[in-house]
Amino acid sequence: MTKFLGYERQDGSVGVRNHLLVLTPMDCSIEPARQIAARVDGAVAVTQHHGCGFDSMVANTLIGTGRNPNVAGVLLVGLGCETLTCEILAEGIRPTGKPVETLIIQEEGGTVKTTEKGVRILRGMAEEVTELVREPFSLSKLILAVECGGSDATSGLAANPAVGVAADMLVDEGGTVMFGETQEMTGTQHVLARRAVDEGAVAAIHAMIDRQELRMRAAGIDSRFMSKGNIEGGLTTIEEKSLGAIRKGGTRPIQGVLGTDRDGFDYPGRSGLWLQDGTGSDVPSVTSMVAAGAQVVAFTTGRGSTTGHAVAPVLKVTGNPLTYSRMGDNMDVNAGTILDGSESLRSVGERIFRDVVEVASGRMTKAEALGYHDFIVYKTSGLAERLLEVCPPEALRDSRGRSSTAALEPGF
Amino acid sequence: MKKAIQIDGSDNVATVTSDVVGGASVEVLSPEGVTLMEPVVLDAVPFGHKLALRAFSKGDEIVKYGEVIGVASGEIRPGEWVHTHNVESARVPTSAYEEAGR
Repeated sequence: MTKFLGYERQDGSVGVRNHLLVLTPMDCSIEPARQIAARVDGAVAVTQHHGCGFDSMVANTLIGTGRNPNVAGVLLVGLGCETLTCEILAEGIRPTGKPVETLIIQEEGGTVKTTEKGVRILRGMAEEVTELVREPFSLSKLILAVECGGSDATSGLAANPAVGVAADMLVDEGGTVMFGETQEMTGTQHVLARRAVDEGAVAAIHAMIDRQELRMRAAGIDSRFMSKGNIEGGLTTIEEKSLGAIRKGGTRPIQGVLGTDRDGFDYPGRSGLWLQDGTGSDVPSVTSMVAAGAQVVAFTTGRGSTTGHAVAPVLKVTGNPLTYSRMGDNMDVNAGTILDGSESLRSVGERIFRDVVEVASGRMTKAEALGYHDFIVYKTSGLAERLLEVCPPEALRDSRGRSSTAALEPGF
Repeated sequence: MKKAIQIDGSDNVATVTSDVVGGASVEVLSPEGVTLMEPVVLDAVPFGHKLALRAFSKGDEIVKYGEVIGVASGEIRPGEWVHTHNVESARVPTSAYEEAGR
């Protein structure tokens, strides 16, 4: 069985990096947090921009990020008047057993005192971190998130199927894989549901995709339609488009749906392939999956995406040989060898699997080498979600004023 | 010779990896990289588009990624370009696309 080298945490989870996270509940306190992080090696400061009022979706995403095994210690920096307090976040993170400290700028007496104290605290954590050593662990301790962005005609043909092969290999060795982007699952409900392990998962898959279609329909967008560019690129039906997208998660049974909303933020309860109910935007989607525990991200792209993540290595896989050669600073894996027949899909998938294990064991990705620290918290509109529940769906009309009952046909 | 890829072993269409002109032969590769056949392509097939690996009658299922991506809306000959002109979504009528005007 394949092993990876990681850092064991007190709660039994295994980190693939040793980041110190300076976490702020909202953006009012981000600048002192950034100044603290800038002075300690391995530290990174992140925040969210949805205000300081309590929102469980935002709070859970921040807590999940602090809980991620790649984070060795957390320093929370608050202003002092926020409703989403540092203490709420600290309570969520502490059960992992990792060091969690809190600083409140209004209580400390301003920026200079806060940053000085913050640097001292973080320095102490950094010293503890240097004592940690990597040890071998089975892949049952590894969670891989899979994402696609900046897609082109090669994505569904090379990069996504190849990452899917790697995902299958990981699951077969007891690992865990997740992917989100609910909108891109439209038209494949029946395929995903057929692969679900139980009735609960079947119901959750339909509920997740129906809800997303309803959201978009309410906004005047029918997610069952493809763009002109999609059709010109060779995609014939919505099934084909979405099958190409979901192929990046491989072909194994689906354990269930990980919620990210106000009804609860879920972590994978067991190994295997999971879906996450999330946004189609790349950085927020990756942020949500890392908050749900993913230690490594495999990111497929055609045109060339450059994103990374604050606490997780992001491995870029492109199926477009031109993108690989033109954006060599950003691309980790060339899956374009499938296109000219010089390498089989299986072989490229095996190569990506080995890359994932090596990156988990400490090898830097291109995004890490470039110092990328992407982090964006996504939240749905609480008001819009409530309106979807209280409005009779028949009352929803598309942009031309037609009723949208088609979106509500069960299991479309 | 230009290449086309069968992504899943049960697929009955293959996707070309570069622009192919009508009348040319293409090498169809299995997911394992084995040459399955070298059909003559009947139409020009642009990069990323599909060609038929067998004959289809109206209503036959088109399979890619090992799943049904649509049904044939008419006869399709082996080597023919397979796209919106001869395939319907099994889930959204093509007329709905036209109506949406995009």
